[in-house]
Order: sequence, then C-alpha cells, then structure tokens
Amino acid sequence: MNFRGIWAIYNFEMSRTFRTIGQSIASPVISTILYFIVFGSAIGSRITDIDGVSYGAFIVPGLIMLTILSQSISNASFGIYFPRFSGTIYEILSAPLSFIEVVIGYVGAAATKSVMIGVIVLLTAGFFVPLEIQHPIWMAFFLIMTCITFSMLGFIIGVWADGFEKLQLIPLLVITPLTFLGGSFYSINMLPDFWQKVSLLNPVVYLVSGFRWSFYENADVSLEISVTMIMVFLAICMAIIAWIFKTGYRLKN
Amino acid sequence: MTQTAISITNLDKTYSDGLKALDNVDLEVKKGEIFALLGPNGAGKTTLISAVCGIVQASGGRIEIFGHDNIKDYRQARSHIGLVPQELTTDAFETVWNTVKFSRGLFGKPKNPDYLEQLLKDLSLWDKKDTQIRMLSGGMKRRVLIAKALSHEPDILFLDEPTAGVDVELRKSMWKQVSKLRERGVTIILTTHYLEEAEEMADRIGVISKGRLIVTEEKATLMKKLGKKELVLELYKSIEEIPEQLADFDLKISGGGFQIIYVYDPAKEDNGVVRLLESLKKQNIKCKDFNTRQSSLEDIFVQLVEGS
Repeated sequence: MNFRGIWAIYNFEMSRTFRTIGQSIASPVISTILYFIVFGSAIGSRITDIDGVSYGAFIVPGLIMLTILSQSISNASFGIYFPRFSGTIYEILSAPLSFIEVVIGYVGAAATKSVMIGVIVLLTAGFFVPLEIQHPIWMAFFLIMTCITFSMLGFIIGVWADGFEKLQLIPLLVITPLTFLGGSFYSINMLPDFWQKVSLLNPVVYLVSGFRWSFYENADVSLEISVTMIMVFLAICMAIIAWIFKTGYRLKN
Repeated sequence: MTQTAISITNLDKTYSDGLKALDNVDLEVKKGEIFALLGPNGAGKTTLISAVCGIVQASGGRIEIFGHDNIKDYRQARSHIGLVPQELTTDAFETVWNTVKFSRGLFGKPKNPDYLEQLLKDLSLWDKKDTQIRMLSGGMKRRVLIAKALSHEPDILFLDEPTAGVDVELRKSMWKQVSKLRERGVTIILTTHYLEEAEEMADRIGVISKGRLIVTEEKATLMKKLGKKELVLELYKSIEEIPEQLADFDLKISGGGFQIIYVYDPAKEDNGVVRLLESLKKQNIKCKDFNTRQSSLEDIFVQLVEGS
C-alpha cells in the first residue's frame, strides 16, 4: 500500500479546502442558517410537532443530509475533474498508485470535508433548536458512510463529466430533487399511500430515515433496511469505480 | 553488460475513434543512455510515452521497465519513471514547494527537504519556492515540471518536448541539466521538434511516423549510414545546364549558374569526387573555390519520414 501517495492526494485536496475556506465552510453554514430562519423559525413555528419532535428539530437531520449529500458530490467531483480539466491527472495516473489508493485519497478528502461541514451544520442548528442525539454512534455511522458513499458518487461524476456543465447536471437534476423528496423536511408517513410507496424507490429516504432515527428514534423505514441500503449503494459505487480504473474510462483513453 | 531500462514489444494503441496511434512498436532503451524520439506531429510520440508511463492503456503488446511489466508490476515499473509532459500542466494555485513535495509523495518517497531544496536550486527555482505557479513565466513553469518529475529521484526521465516554446538561453540551460542527469546515470527519453537538440544530446535516435518506429540507430551510425555530403563548386563562369558528359554524377546547378552541387555518399570508398573534378577539367569548366557540407539530422529526418 502506497500510504505516502494516499496522504499526498488527501493532503493536497484538504489544502485546497483550507485555501478556499470561505467558500468551503461559510457557504453551507449560511445556507443552513437561512433554512432554519425560514423553515425552523418562520414557517416551522406554525407547524405542529411530528412524532413528538418540534418541526425545527425534526428537519435538522434532513438538513444535514441535504448539505452533506451535495457537498460530498461537489467536493469529490471537482477534486477529480479539475486535474482532468487542467491536465495534471497525468501525475496521478503515472504514479505507483492503485485505483483503491487514488480513490481513498480523493474520496477520503471529500468525505472528511463533508463530515466537517455536517458537524458545523449540526452545531449551527444547536443555536436555533434544542438538539438531542439518542444514538450518537449510529449518527456518526450514518454521517460518515453517507459522506463516503456520496463522495464516491461524486468521484464517478467527476470522471464521467466532460465539461463543467455536466459536473452540475446530476447534482442539480437528480440529487437535489431526490433529497427534497426523500423526507428531509417531512416524514414520508405524512404522504398518501401511493406516494409513500413511490418514495420507497428513492434511496435518499433510507439515508434520511436512518439518520433521523439516530437523533429521535423516529424512522420511516427500519434501521436494518437503512443500513443495508447504504451498504448496497456503497458497493455499487465501488464496483463502478473499479470498472472505471480497469477500463480506463475517460481517464486513460 | 548494459542493463535494459525500457523494453517495448509489439506495442499497439488504437484509440476509441479508430485512430491507430501505435503500430507494432518494438524498442529497447539501455540504462544511462539518452534516446531521442523524433517524428512529425501526430506520429505517436506522446502516445508511446504515455503508454510507457501508464497514462494511456495500450491495445496490445508488452512494456517492461527494468524487467518489471508495466501492467502487472506497475508499482515497481512506475516508481522508476519521471515524466515531463509536453503541455504546461500545473496546479496554478499551488506554490512551487508544495507541488514538488506533492509529486514526491505520490511516488511513496519519504520526505527529503534537503534533496528538494538542492533540486530547486539546480533548476534556479529556489527563490520562487513560495510563489504560486500561476505567477511564474512559461520557462519557469517548464522547470517546475522538470522539478516535479525529478522529485522522486527517478532512474528514467521522459522529456516530452521539454524545450518547446522556451528561449534559446533556457534551452541551452536545460541541455546542461540533461547532461548532468546523464552523468548521474539517469536514462533519458526525449521527444523534440528541434532536431539540433537531438543532434546535440542524443546517443541514439528513433524516428516514428504514422505510429510505426521506422528506424532506431546510434546517432553517429545513423548520420553515417543515411547522411550525404554535398560538394559545392564555385565557378568562374556561369553555366545553364549540366553537360551530357557529366550525366553520371548527381549534380545540381545553383547560385544563378555559378555553383555546381554534387551530392555523394561519404561512406563509399569511390565517392566520385576525384573523377568529377577531372571531368570538369575536361569540359573546361573552371572552379575558383569549393566547400563541402555534411547533411544534418534534419535532412535525414525529412528523408526518412517522407519515405515511410
């Protein structure tokens, strides 16, 4: 294992994060504050409790998910796309690194940044609503696994994209709608039967549900199903990345 | 026995759009030599380098670096190689020091600030170590790329058109750098458009055209084998055409009829110079001066590529 190589990529990516600290950290924090002002305080004060949890507190896990999903994807996709765009990818491809090591470096850095942002959003939320985390270990598990999985998805998008426009395409057209419709701001039990069943096709439902369970022990689907789904999603992403490196898709052709 | 640094056998590369960039290339480069790879644009030089370095996936064939297969033993194979790409591809917002440190790290080498400091000093970059790369001139960026390629102390260095777009002074300073590297035993594979560069530095020369390696030869042998010599005779009186009696010689009229140029093979024992001079005397064509010129690598290159 080329640990120094992994560290070089990880460190390089994290340096980029800290170089653009305002953009990296401040932007999601401000967005979160705005969400709390609008949905938590302004509108939320007029919405009744959901399963015994105030609406402001109820949306915290969903809001964190919303932020880390988009951050994980954008961090990782930009991380691998930019060297492709600038041509510096030659250095990664010609280094004695396996695809796993390259992925650990890029995905690890993107996931770390997302976890940091998730924690910052959580702490920010604490200023607006009373927070309780019933299962902190499960909360950390869902937070970290979601960041890793979606950073992998971002990595795939970064390899697939052949322009900055495409880089934004999937996050904007697929991920954001899935997140909003995945129970970030409501319980899917509040939907009519038909839409509840449709919602179960949305993988984000399982992530939000599991994550919310770790806070309030309220879940739309069982914990086991949430864990299974995230592991399945992780396995799919790993398989696609392995295929990318095996075939050299968009990297070595 | 000289160790083989690079061994390439039956290497093919066809891109997804059907372009055959490499066609059955065989090549061996010995440890410590400077090998110049010449070819016109689109001949396959960069594809060949990229395939060896692992940047491009070959469609067929085998590449070994110091005996390590570059697919199966890619870690060992790649660890020997440093690459200076053709394009000035740099991390614009990184400092010189960080980018060089990053390159060393990628190759799994432990930190060695003393080595990196010396490297940057050798390349006249030390005073720019904390400068962002985007602030550097084109020539300096080129040197940063060389520093990055050398940061992990490679045994083989690929220089893909290293002096393209740099001024004469910098080009000569880079040649000096290359000579120093050779003294340290580094094997150097160089592609260049400047044939005088290959003529100046290379031990061996390969010419690639349309993806096929059409010749690989010691530079001196190549110049001897394919090189021609020209004898330029300055005449007292101009002539309009070559007399029939001189038809056996490969002659051209030049200089408004005041010059006759005789092209001959210097390797031949009977190169015809003496016979030509005697024949000219018989035809009463008087010469006031003469000079000879050896054909350059450029002439040989054009001859090879046009014939391929």
